[in-house]
Amino acid sequence: MTTPPDKRAQSGACLQAPTIDPRDEIILFLSPMRAFAVSLTRNMTAADDLVQDTIVKAWSNIDKFQSGTNMQAWLFTILRNTFYSDRRKHRREVPDPDGIHAAKLSEKPAHDGRLAFGDFRRAFDQLSPEHREVLILVGASGYSTEQVSAMTGVAVGTVKSRTNRARKRLAELMGLAEGETVLSTTINEGIVARAGTQAA
Amino acid sequence: MLTTKLMSVEMAKESPKHHLHEQIDENLKRVYEDALKAEIPDRFRQLLAQLKDKERKS
Repeated sequence: MTTPPDKRAQSGACLQAPTIDPRDEIILFLSPMRAFAVSLTRNMTAADDLVQDTIVKAWSNIDKFQSGTNMQAWLFTILRNTFYSDRRKHRREVPDPDGIHAAKLSEKPAHDGRLAFGDFRRAFDQLSPEHREVLILVGASGYSTEQVSAMTGVAVGTVKSRTNRARKRLAELMGLAEGETVLSTTINEGIVARAGTQAA
Repeated sequence: MLTTKLMSVEMAKESPKHHLHEQIDENLKRVYEDALKAEIPDRFRQLLAQLKDKERKS
């Protein structure tokens, strides 16, 4: 989080007992909520609308938040439920013409034998939201499969298999089949060689 | 026997599949962290302030 929390948000409540209103903590999770929303929508405008809806819902349903539990997980749950229910309602396949990663800034070339980040992001964008969701929650945010299961209402085993399938799909989209690397070369060379063929 | 078993576990960790897995997670973290670094529009803080304000008046 780069933006420091706005401490002034609490200053108005000086006459009240010093109990902490959990709603004052929502502000601390704006960055993670937006990052998660972008991961799901792949579209800035849609992501911002989603965060806005999440804030309003969280605010008015704060009585359902159990104090002492993970607020970010709670907010993420509201956010993803809102995302999927909107999606069911509108059935809109947002094509994302100005895809946030389509034409991207400075691209760091993969001279170090790593997967090219641009290729990675383009592949990531092509995944289904369900796949992006588990990958971001498990792979990037460090939630356990049990936590993700609780957040998404999906069985633990399904979270695991979905994560594996998502990783596999991602590798396929980058033109890398898991375990396909030739053993006679080093692993890095193998990946670079294959990535190179794909890019050409 | 045990050493053979341990060896194969070690080899599994070194396998291309495991390596690819690590690189995918590394890149996922970068995707997420890049998004975390993005500046937050003011509208969210304003919204929270409005919600609080509305409640104090009611």
